[in-house]
Amino acid sequence: MSNPYAKLPAWAEYGLIPLVNLIVAFLVAGLVVLLVGENPLSAAYHMINGAFGRGEYIGFTLYYATTFIFTGLSVAVAFHAGLFNIGSEGQAYIGGIGVALACLWLDRTMPWFVVFPLAIIGSAAFGALWAFLPGWLQAKRGSHVVITTIMFNFIASSLMVYLLTRVLKPLGQMAPQTRTFEAGGQLPKLDWLMSIFGLNLGNSPFNVSFLLALLAAFCVWVLIWRTKLGYEMRTMGHSPSAARYAGIGEARITVIVMMISGGLAGMMALNPIMGEQYRMQLDFVQGAGFVGIAVALMGRSHPAGIIPAAVLFGMLYQGGAEIAFEMPAISRDMIVIIQGLVILFAGALENMFRPAIGRVFASIGRRSVAAAQTRGA
Amino acid sequence: MDFFHTIIAILESTIRVSVPLIFAALAGLFTERAGVFDIGLEGKMLGAAFAAGAVAAVTGSVMMGLLAAILISVLLSLVHGYASITQRGSQIVSGVAINFIVAGSTVILGEAWFRQGGRTPALSGDARFQTVTFPFADAVRDVPILGPVYSDLLSGHFILTYVAFLLVPFSWWVLYRTRFGLRLRAVGENPGAVDTAGISVIWLRYRAVICCGILCGFAGAYLSLAMSAGFVKGMTAGKGYIALAALIFAKWRPLNIMLACLLFGFLDALAIRLQGNPLPLIGQVPVQLMQALPYILTVILLAGFIGKAIPPKAGGIPYVKER
Repeated sequence: MSNPYAKLPAWAEYGLIPLVNLIVAFLVAGLVVLLVGENPLSAAYHMINGAFGRGEYIGFTLYYATTFIFTGLSVAVAFHAGLFNIGSEGQAYIGGIGVALACLWLDRTMPWFVVFPLAIIGSAAFGALWAFLPGWLQAKRGSHVVITTIMFNFIASSLMVYLLTRVLKPLGQMAPQTRTFEAGGQLPKLDWLMSIFGLNLGNSPFNVSFLLALLAAFCVWVLIWRTKLGYEMRTMGHSPSAARYAGIGEARITVIVMMISGGLAGMMALNPIMGEQYRMQLDFVQGAGFVGIAVALMGRSHPAGIIPAAVLFGMLYQGGAEIAFEMPAISRDMIVIIQGLVILFAGALENMFRPAIGRVFASIGRRSVAAAQTRGA
Repeated sequence: MDFFHTIIAILESTIRVSVPLIFAALAGLFTERAGVFDIGLEGKMLGAAFAAGAVAAVTGSVMMGLLAAILISVLLSLVHGYASITQRGSQIVSGVAINFIVAGSTVILGEAWFRQGGRTPALSGDARFQTVTFPFADAVRDVPILGPVYSDLLSGHFILTYVAFLLVPFSWWVLYRTRFGLRLRAVGENPGAVDTAGISVIWLRYRAVICCGILCGFAGAYLSLAMSAGFVKGMTAGKGYIALAALIFAKWRPLNIMLACLLFGFLDALAIRLQGNPLPLIGQVPVQLMQALPYILTVILLAGFIGKAIPPKAGGIPYVKER
C-alpha cells in the first residue's frame, strides 16, 4: 500500500503522533467534564491521586492493567496480520470456562502452582477455540472476521448465561456464579514486589497473573519480530497479495493468528477469576475486551507500547472510581467516553495531525539545510 | 381460538420490536451500499434515543424530540464520515469509537441533567408518540379471524411503525429507480468508475452517511418516544448489532431487510413468550438459545451455508483519488 504521508523520524512516528492524539482525546474528554459542570483539572487531579496516591491504589491500577495487557496483546496480534478481532470480549468470557474448570476440579486437593498452569492452558484453549471458528470461517468460507466476532460476542454472552444459571451454578444457590474456590484456586498476591518499592498492597487484588502478562508481552514480541510465523503474519498484514505471491498460506495464517489472539484474550480471565473474585461470575469481563482495542491502537500494536497503554487504562479505571467518589456527576461511564475518544483519535483519526506535523518537520529540515549551506558558504 | 389469539399477540409484538431494526438496517443499507461500513449503528441509535428523550422531556413536544434525534444521529454520522471518508481512517475502528463515546456520554449527560440514574423523565401526552387506530377497528374486532388481524395486528401501532414499513419500498425506489441510488450503488462497487464519470465520490459518500444518520435518528426516536416513555441507559441493548446482522442476512437488499428484521423480531417476541413455557414437540428451549439465534443464523449465512452474502465490493476501503 502506498503511504501518502511524508516519512517522519521514528520518535515522532511512535512517540509524538500517539501523544498528540492522546492529548486531543483527553482535551475532548475534558470538555465533557466541563459540560457536566465540573472542573476538568481537579478531575484529573482526583484521577491521578486515585490511581497512584497509595500502594493500594497502585495495586488496583496494576490489577486492571494486567487485564488490559492480555486483551491489548490479543487485539494487537490480530492487527499485525491485518485482522480486526473485535471478539476479544467473547473470547475472554469463554476463556473463563477453562479457568473455572481447572479450579473446580483441583482447588481442594492441589496447591495454586499446580492449578495455575492448568488454568492457563484451559483459558488459552477455550479462548482459542472461540476464536478458531471466526478465523476458520474467514479463511475457508470468506465471511468477514469483524462481523463474525461481533456475532460470537453475543453468542458467548448467551452461552455463558446459560452455563452459569444451569450448569456451573451449585445447587441451592441463587446467584449465577460458580462456587467460591478454595486455596488451590486463589493466586498469591504480589506483596513482595510492591514491598521492594516500599509500598503496601492493602486490599488490592494485584496478583501473579501480572507477571504472566509481562511474559506474554515478551512472547508476543518474540513471535512478531523474531520468528518466521511473525514475519509471515506481518507480510500478510502489510500486503495480502505480496504474501500470496511469496507462497504464504493465507488460510493457515488467518486461523493460527486468530487462535493466538483468542488464547491471549482467554488468559485475561485468570486475573479476575483466580486473582480477585475466586469464582466465575456473570459478566466478569466487563468490557475489557473492548478496552483492548483502545490499548492496542494506542500502543501501536507493539508490546512496548501496549504495556504503558494498559497501565494508562488501568489508571483510568481505578482513578475513575475515585473521581466518581469525589464528583458524583462523573460516574465510571466517563472512562467509556475516554476509551471511545482514544479509539477515535488514536485509531480512526490517527492521520489527522500527521500532515501538520509532517509540514513542521519539513520546514525545520529545510531551514537547517539552508542554515548549513549559508555556514558552508 | 385461544391459540389464534396467542399467535396474534406474538405477531403484534414481532412488529413492535422489528421497527427499530428496520430503521437501523435501512440506515446501514444506505452507507454500506455506498462503500462505508458502519458498525456504529448501535451508537447512533442510542445517541438519537437519548436526544429524543431529553428534548421531548424538556420541550414537551414529540416533534422536537424527533428532530433532535435526527440531528444528533446525523452529527455522529458526520463524525464517522469525516474519519472514514475524509481522513481515510479505518471504518470499523471509527464505528467502534462512536459506539463507546455515545454509550458513555448518554449516561454521564443524562445523570448530570436529569439526575434519575441515567434515565430521562417519563414522557406523557404530547411528548410521546400516540398509537394510531384505524377506522372501525373497534367495530370489527368481533369478526372471526379477520377482525383481530385488522384491529389488533394492523391497527393500533405508532405512526413511526407505518413510516418504517413504508420506508422499505421507498428505499428500494431510491436505490434502484433514481439517479442518486444508481450512483450510490456504483460508488460502493467501483468508486473509480464514478470518479471517472465526473461525479464526486466524497460528496456521494457523505450524502449516503447523512441518509444513514437520518434513519438511525428515527430508530432512536422510536425507542425512547414510542416504544417506551423516555430514555433508559443502554436501551438499544445490542439492537444496532442485530440490525447489522439483519442487513447482512438480507444480503444488502431492502425487501429482504424487512423480512430479516421481522424474522429476528419474531425470534425475540417468541423468546419472551416462551420464557418458562415448553414448546410442543421440542420441549423446553433455553431462552438464551432463542436470544442467540439471530447471531447464529447470521454466522451460518455468512459462512455461505444458506446462500451467499456478498458485500459491496468497495466496502470498507477508503477512496484515494490521487495516486
